[in-house]
Amino acid sequence: MLLPAIAMLAAIPFLVSNAQAPQQASSPAQQPYAPVTAPPYPTIPTPVPQRTGLNIVVIDPAHGGTDPGARGAQGIRESDLVMDLTMQVRRALEANGFQVLQTRSGNENPSFDDRSTMANAQRGAVFVTLHISSTGLPGTVRVYTLPDSAATVATGGILSWDRAQAPYITLSRKFADAVQGELAQRFKGSPNNSQSASIRQLRTTAAPAIAVELSSVSVQDRTDLDRMMPGVADAIARGVAVFRPSYVLPGEAGGQP
Amino acid sequence: MNGSWRNWVLAGLAVAVLIAAIYFPFLKRKVKTTAKITQPSEEQVRRELTQTILQNSSDPIVKARMFWISGDDESALAGTNVELALSKDPVLRSKQVLNTLLAGPVDSDLRTLPADAALLAFYVLPDGTGIADFSEALATATPSGIQSEQLAVDSIARTLEANVPQVRRLKILIHGQEFDTLAGHVDLTQYFIVNTKAAQPPPGSNGSFGSLGSPTKSPTAASPAPAGAVPGKSPQR
Repeated sequence: MLLPAIAMLAAIPFLVSNAQAPQQASSPAQQPYAPVTAPPYPTIPTPVPQRTGLNIVVIDPAHGGTDPGARGAQGIRESDLVMDLTMQVRRALEANGFQVLQTRSGNENPSFDDRSTMANAQRGAVFVTLHISSTGLPGTVRVYTLPDSAATVATGGILSWDRAQAPYITLSRKFADAVQGELAQRFKGSPNNSQSASIRQLRTTAAPAIAVELSSVSVQDRTDLDRMMPGVADAIARGVAVFRPSYVLPGEAGGQP
Repeated sequence: MNGSWRNWVLAGLAVAVLIAAIYFPFLKRKVKTTAKITQPSEEQVRRELTQTILQNSSDPIVKARMFWISGDDESALAGTNVELALSKDPVLRSKQVLNTLLAGPVDSDLRTLPADAALLAFYVLPDGTGIADFSEALATATPSGIQSEQLAVDSIARTLEANVPQVRRLKILIHGQEFDTLAGHVDLTQYFIVNTKAAQPPPGSNGSFGSLGSPTKSPTAASPAPAGAVPGKSPQR
């Protein structure tokens, strides 16, 4: 006796829902051309475009391994000097809250592409390659980007690895000017604005990328260059901080097309 | 008699020793001076021979404009007029001006290319691409650095631009090979703009030449902007 009663009670919700279902289904049918003012499903709010912030600085101590770079008469090697400079730049950047990655940390010589890969794999990174020249007025520092003419992107929407820097040229120039401005204040004889050069390392880097070059390994005493390093490190860190608000990746809201 | 002869011989020897003693410093100095005159390298001899062959007496003497380092600013190039017998043929003309550029200015401190470097060959393709093939010394003896390497390339490009209007862009080879960089920094896998007015990308090329006009904002950087890159293979140096 009880079992049929329980079965009937359990069936009541199904009977009720089945009775309501045709009513719901019939309402659009009753007004087939009425405009739909609200979708019958929960909507996903349109995402507010997020600007990718600049958080990571990839530092590239140039040369290394079997490639010593520029060599001075006193046995000064560019590859050694840029490692020392890298450590100082790293400390200055970390003190300003940036995360720092290095393309090499010992006396090895990664390929140009391997160095670029480190920056290309990051989101929100800039790339700084450090050099000491053979020539130039001792005690001066110059910042370089690729020339504007390298910004031409092949049509078709596919950007080849060989031209990875192309969409970033304008940002790179802004970044370079920010750093060069800081350097010009500290090192007399340095230019006020950045310059352009066809630097192989920058071409394959898909991020705002600059090369910083100190003059030079021709100094009689290495301490002349050592004395420049804290100023260069501080100028780079400040330049990155100055550039930070301008950092919007190409294709993002407010960025370049 | 014997004693008199002995005295004369001794006196003669003494005079000879005295003369030798006086002459010895002069002789020493002369040897040093001679040693300083170094033998020209193989590349220099080759260049001199090539230059002699290239100079034709029927070529008109014109004012060619060469670009070496500025005497006022070592980070910039300056144009210098040189009177040269230049052929009308663009290939010969390019060889003539580049050999003069390689020979360097009067002040050797202002040269942009190494003294030992030589131009091995020069070709002009129908699309206006000039291919300059230099000896290995260009890569091994150019001072390593962004500034020095860029000045070297710019001096070649600007000298061609000023004297050979048929050359629109430039490809630099080292001993017939494409190098990744000149001396560790400047990209040799790309083409460099030479003639801005005529510079248009040839059909089928990936990307444009860009423009030579100086995008550098620095007043100290008088060198022109290098070309936009046309990708190429990148073998290791």
